[in-house]
Amino acid sequence: MKVAIIKYNAGNIYSVDHALKRLGINAVITADHQQLLSADKVIFPGVGEAASTMHYLKQTGLDNVIRSLRQPVLGICLGMQLLCTHSEEGDVNGLGIFDVNIKRFQPQDRHDKVPHMGWNTLKETRGKLFEGFGHEEFVYFVHSYYAPICMHTIAQTDYILPFSAALQKENFYATQFHPEKSGSIGERILQNFLNI
Amino acid sequence: MLAKRIIPCLDIKDGTTVKGTNFVNLRQAGDPVELGKHYSQEGADELVFLDITASHEKRKTFTDLVRRVAANINIPFTVGGGIYELADVDRLLQAGADKVSINSAALRNPTLIDDIASHFGSQVCVVAIDAKETSSGWKCYLNGGRVETDKNLFEWAKEACDRGAGEILFTSMDHDGVKTGYANQALSLLSDTLPIPIIASGGAGTQEHFKDAFLKGKADAALAASVFHFGEIRIPELKQYLCKHNINVRLR
Repeated sequence: MKVAIIKYNAGNIYSVDHALKRLGINAVITADHQQLLSADKVIFPGVGEAASTMHYLKQTGLDNVIRSLRQPVLGICLGMQLLCTHSEEGDVNGLGIFDVNIKRFQPQDRHDKVPHMGWNTLKETRGKLFEGFGHEEFVYFVHSYYAPICMHTIAQTDYILPFSAALQKENFYATQFHPEKSGSIGERILQNFLNI
Repeated sequence: MLAKRIIPCLDIKDGTTVKGTNFVNLRQAGDPVELGKHYSQEGADELVFLDITASHEKRKTFTDLVRRVAANINIPFTVGGGIYELADVDRLLQAGADKVSINSAALRNPTLIDDIASHFGSQVCVVAIDAKETSSGWKCYLNGGRVETDKNLFEWAKEACDRGAGEILFTSMDHDGVKTGYANQALSLLSDTLPIPIIASGGAGTQEHFKDAFLKGKADAALAASVFHFGEIRIPELKQYLCKHNINVRLR
């Protein structure tokens, strides 16, 4: 199986690569349009800032490549947020796969810290990404912006309010949390994605 | 609900894990990658690798070790020691670290915090503070506790936060290594006044000390070294204990 990781100006790409290696997959990390289009699976990771990253994707033509992918795609963290319609971070339009707008967490009292950082539980999980999930599992989050609950939500987490921990529409899957850093549960989610 | 984190800290010298009492008398405690892997399997929520000799010997950190850790461990980890400029951060993140911890370099050059936050995001930037309670309040120390500064702990923590730190890792030097509990009063004040997570460090000797750091100290995470390295406290048992006291932790 050929797995491609989209190479762009965001951090965290190598963590995903390491996680796939632990599952026995040697992924190709590339910005080459043909390599991405011909891969069996594409992973769109990311830690960074939305507006500057979106600008970079447009400059390199990766925005259109990502939109046209028909194989299973997994967006992670910023990768997920950029697959949505719009982000408050830098007031920028995303790739428009998921019909939802990304918002910033608004602390309700002084103990609501932003970013939401650490291990939190998944609820209301459904679909192939979470196959084999019985009860509330912990996964690792680091983010200041979130996708509200919407028609594409396939997992929820509570922090300040319930938000989308994962989204899916057709061949596009996305997680706000980092499966590559979520221990054995994260590995199961990555394996489930590879099995799709 | 967001879980309180348990973070084993591996102090690294010449590629091996060491732990001292009050920052001196180093003892051998094993291979960092093996230890890290062991902790992640036992349920540690994150790991911290500190190159404790790097700062005063002006050495760059241990990129190869970071690379080996990243390849073998599936939970987040922070690295610190010998980080002076953005290029150091870039190198460590490229090697697979999730966060960097800066201490002396930030005290000497506070704009390093702004630079890391704007280039890589606040979530990458942990500001570690070694402090000691003196007759004129809590003072910050440089170079692994060797040099006193005139910076006040609370003022410096606030400044670090305003400049873009994502977390504060606060070590009370008086409590470190003596196993009589964390500096809960100072911790609680930090946690109440800052909008970012606070990591408690220095003083863990019993399971109860962790409970107190979360309940009295209001810490978001608790870090410890020797009690884990020498097997005095096992992480699965610690988490069961915390859970029984209604502290939300990640159980496996």
